[in-house]
Amino acid sequence: MIEEKSIIKVGMADLNVSTSGGILRTTGLGSCVGLTLYDPVQKVGGMAHVMLPSSAIAREGQLNLAKYADTALPILLNKLRELGASPLRLVAKMAGGAQMFTFAGSGDSMRIGPRNVESCKEGLQQMNIPLIGEDTGGNYGRTVELDCTTGKFTIRSVQKEIKEL
Amino acid sequence: MDVLKEVGNIGAGNAATALSQLLNKPIDMAVPKVQLLPFEEIADCVGGPEAIVLAVFLRVEGEAPGNLFFIMTPEAGKKLLKRLAGIEVEEGDSFNEMEQSALSEIGNILAGSYLSSLADFTRLSMTPTVPGLAIDMAGAVLGYGLLQFGEMGDDALLINTTFLEGQYEVEGQFFLIPDPQTFAQIFEALGVPLEHD
Repeated sequence: MIEEKSIIKVGMADLNVSTSGGILRTTGLGSCVGLTLYDPVQKVGGMAHVMLPSSAIAREGQLNLAKYADTALPILLNKLRELGASPLRLVAKMAGGAQMFTFAGSGDSMRIGPRNVESCKEGLQQMNIPLIGEDTGGNYGRTVELDCTTGKFTIRSVQKEIKEL
Repeated sequence: MDVLKEVGNIGAGNAATALSQLLNKPIDMAVPKVQLLPFEEIADCVGGPEAIVLAVFLRVEGEAPGNLFFIMTPEAGKKLLKRLAGIEVEEGDSFNEMEQSALSEIGNILAGSYLSSLADFTRLSMTPTVPGLAIDMAGAVLGYGLLQFGEMGDDALLINTTFLEGQYEVEGQFFLIPDPQTFAQIFEALGVPLEHD
């Protein structure tokens, strides 16, 4: 049987979940991190396009929780639970966190990519979710997909070969 | 928004003059767009988040901090290199070190003249930092310029200017993304009260 797969877009500072048959995709990750959780038994997955490491620096009134590593993760977990995922079975994969530009001067914002990665890892550790695949760092952009039927995580970039985790 | 449009126009006018002097050819400039856009749509201005762009990025420091991008397609970059430096670049989206350095310098000259006219007009100090060059997906490149906005909300102010060099069709865009707290400063410098909603 050929299963029709639908692509679900995850925008910048956005998150989404899907069941089997869906493919979660986020395009053009630079210093942002595409963080995914997947339950291989229930075949449900979630993806967040994390932009900043911590909501502590937020100055906006209505907080967009999908934007920060520390707040996106709990929401993703809740949404997956609603779809029947077990937190005990969840595994994480992620990509992104690049440094797109190199400068002579360096401030905190220059290191935003690595900081996003660190913050995602801390969050996963606190929730006891194992990180089983990672393609982070470097100085290039990435487009990532999570196939919610197989849990396969695909990374595309401009100059490099397609990578699967 | 009209005031910022005017500011963008003047900046672009100077940059267009700089470019036409470099190329020794008249340069046309499209009227800039000034928009408050959601993050998602900013990359759409240059063909979507996955479109490959050649970007020179400058952090603007001083009284009116922000992020300035000069963006071209790789094709336009090749044309510019050929016309300006007589460098023939092979097919594909890659550029060698010397070509990248030349492009970075061209972008730097244009961005510098754009910025200095803005600074003159607003009487606010705007100092460019050392430029960075990236040839990559538009989303990945522009995302970097939105981080300051990320702390505030999900929209960014974009001053978007397009160049066109007549028959050669060298096209480029300036994206000025003033830091969120900078708007008030720019408006005040222009003697226009900032409307609050």
